[in-house]
Amino acid sequence: MSPENRNYLPESDVIGLNLKETELTLGLPGETRVTTDTGVKLGTKRGFSETINLNLGRSNVKCHDKVCDDESENDVLGGATKSLTEKAQLVGWPPVRASRKNVMKSGKFIKVAVDGAPYLRKVDLEMYNSYQQLLSALEDMFSCLTIRTYLNPCFYFLFLHHNYRISMLSMYNFVCNFDIGNYLSEKKLMDPANGVEYVATYEDRDGDWMLVGDVPWKMFVESCKRVRLMKSSEAIGLAPRTPQKCSNTA
Amino acid sequence: MMNYFPDEVLEHVFDFVTSHRDRNAVSLVCKLWYRVDRFSRQRVFIGNCYAISPERLIARFPGVKALTLKGKPHFADFNLVPQDWGGYVQPWIEALARSRIGLEELRLKRMVVSDESLDVLSRSFTNFKSLVLVSCEGFTTDGLAAIAANCRFLRELDLQENEIEEKKNHWLGCFPDSCMSLVSLNFACLKEINLAALERLVARNPNLRSLKLNRAVPLEVLQRILMRAPQLVDLGTGSFVLDHDSDDSETYRKLRATILKCRSIRHLSGFLEVAPRCLPAIYPICLYLTYLNLSYAAGIHGSELIKLIRHCGKLQRLWILDCIGDKGLEVVASTCKDLQELRVFPSDPFGAGHDAVTETGLVAISSGCPKLNSLLYFCQQMTNAALIAVAKNCPNFIRFRLCILDPTKPDPVTMQPLDEGFGAIVQSSKRLRRLSLSGLLTDRVFLYIGMYAEQLEMLSIAFAGESDKGMLYVLNGCKKLRKLEIRDSPFGDSALLRDVGKYETMRSLWMSSCEVTLGGCKTLAEKMPRLNVEIINENDQMEFVHEDSQKVEKMYLYRTLVGPRKDAPEFVWTLE
Repeated sequence: MSPENRNYLPESDVIGLNLKETELTLGLPGETRVTTDTGVKLGTKRGFSETINLNLGRSNVKCHDKVCDDESENDVLGGATKSLTEKAQLVGWPPVRASRKNVMKSGKFIKVAVDGAPYLRKVDLEMYNSYQQLLSALEDMFSCLTIRTYLNPCFYFLFLHHNYRISMLSMYNFVCNFDIGNYLSEKKLMDPANGVEYVATYEDRDGDWMLVGDVPWKMFVESCKRVRLMKSSEAIGLAPRTPQKCSNTA
Repeated sequence: MMNYFPDEVLEHVFDFVTSHRDRNAVSLVCKLWYRVDRFSRQRVFIGNCYAISPERLIARFPGVKALTLKGKPHFADFNLVPQDWGGYVQPWIEALARSRIGLEELRLKRMVVSDESLDVLSRSFTNFKSLVLVSCEGFTTDGLAAIAANCRFLRELDLQENEIEEKKNHWLGCFPDSCMSLVSLNFACLKEINLAALERLVARNPNLRSLKLNRAVPLEVLQRILMRAPQLVDLGTGSFVLDHDSDDSETYRKLRATILKCRSIRHLSGFLEVAPRCLPAIYPICLYLTYLNLSYAAGIHGSELIKLIRHCGKLQRLWILDCIGDKGLEVVASTCKDLQELRVFPSDPFGAGHDAVTETGLVAISSGCPKLNSLLYFCQQMTNAALIAVAKNCPNFIRFRLCILDPTKPDPVTMQPLDEGFGAIVQSSKRLRRLSLSGLLTDRVFLYIGMYAEQLEMLSIAFAGESDKGMLYVLNGCKKLRKLEIRDSPFGDSALLRDVGKYETMRSLWMSSCEVTLGGCKTLAEKMPRLNVEIINENDQMEFVHEDSQKVEKMYLYRTLVGPRKDAPEFVWTLE
């Protein structure tokens, strides 16, 4: 998938999207899905990462646990975490000395800071194949956060409905007016306890602070020096526009 | 006629014969020449420390001043040889010390060196000048402290890719203030260093020509060191990054100014950590470089490498990572017209290979750099057509080592084995001495090697061949073969035993994961008493079944004048 169409999906494709197919659930892959009266699926309370299997305009390649092929580089919702043991490893091959192997396999550990958290954490970016995996890992690390994605509004709004009593009707209105194209690659984290939203930003090699998610994953890994989860309220000029709050007609 | 010259004249003439092989040949001419060579020989090379004993060395060459010793087999570099296999330098140093040999230079490769050995070394030879350790292990910085403290006339301490345990001592500070004789210092393989001691050392050693720092040396310190030592010819930078302090632009500016004064630098390496935006600081010296080694600089992108290379018009030797890409190699080809040696290392051996090189880059290089004679090339794929083109463009290869990361990959265009391509190389490069093969290969490539590689001395084979015929072609055809190392190839007893006398003309043979059996190795050992046939068995001794039909996992055999070694560990079984 070329970078140009990665961030934008034309209207016709949106209509053609089978929302049911792309629906997120909280269950693990393979778990039976229980449907409610509203037709929305429920599952046990877990993170999103295990269930994401979204293909945008490509052939349907499921990659739950297998190592993804090269095409998943730009797919922000790619498959399983990279595992060296899954690839064939020969002893003593390629024939390079230990000192060179160390240079190559050193991993890319970067600091992660969350505004308001008392200490920082470190993650090895080479452990992940996609933005989704990284954000899931951050979600685990900073357990107060959950990933909020605009990609599947249905579940998100269910979440809001249950936690914040926003009516289903007003959310339906919202979906109809929603410009999904701009937010395909948007990733935000949220602390559901206080509703504070965080925007994932990173410092690149030139020292500039960038929004996470704009460049292909591998490019990000190479250029990222550290990550900061910045409060949305502070991310003026950097954070994407939040969707217009729709009027509550409930 | 030479018999009428006094010995001193002969000696003087022999002084001009510097290559140790030529000196060996000289010693075989007649008894007189043997005697003159024997007493005048100062430099001795021993390619296998188990082929001869220190006592015999001393008996024959009592005047030895410079000794080179090699220990473990080459495949030990790739973890194929277990720990504690051997290769200890201790008996050598003890024997030399006991006999009061005036040792001045010691060069060791793949040997086990202990702190005690270094201590004895430092105390036993008053004129000791040069210690070079390559791929060695077993010692700590305490041993280095002894060398620094006791070798009053030390000129060279060169540590290349060793495994050194680093203690809290400041070994560098053990060089006395009176030590002002250093010409070459390389500690790039260490993780730490005492920066203050380093700066003081550099300041009082004006003859320093070669200095290779480690990653603990930051840019500010590098700048100060270069101020003190603008006469450096060979520089290995340490860390080449600037953090985001306010002083940074000042440091960078000073660095640039200082580098402009270092007009003598011809060899540049290091960049163990690098921020690409600092690279322009070295552009002014790139113009004069003849050797550039960026093979540890993982932080530099292909595009930045290209920008750098464009400044290096006089390069003769380039070591680089494959993230330079085929495009980058095209730039090398158009910029570095004097290139003789190229090494392209893999940056991500287990990765998907996004930034890597293919046959395209190699063909470009061969096309632009006809002087190329030494190649080490790790790549994603190779084609016969490309190798044939390379052979045509560069008929002067002395060393040709190709490593396709997927070891049995065929020509991706034709799906054929790479026999024809390698055949073209050996046929065209008549002076080829070293060859490493990879990719899908049948017996045919060995037929070509046996036919054409007349000067071949070292051959490395992995995952190649179909039958014993392959190995036989090589053993029969390559008259000058000295070292043969084979892994994961279907060669068995029939090939091994066809010409047992051949192995006495060679230094060593390594075979692992092949088809040779215990019985075959035993037969060989019985027939050839002057070979040590060692079986490495890493499994539990109790479980090892002594069945002659059992395949041997790892076999290493070498010619020797001193019989089975007495320091072999339990898992090494020398057959007799």
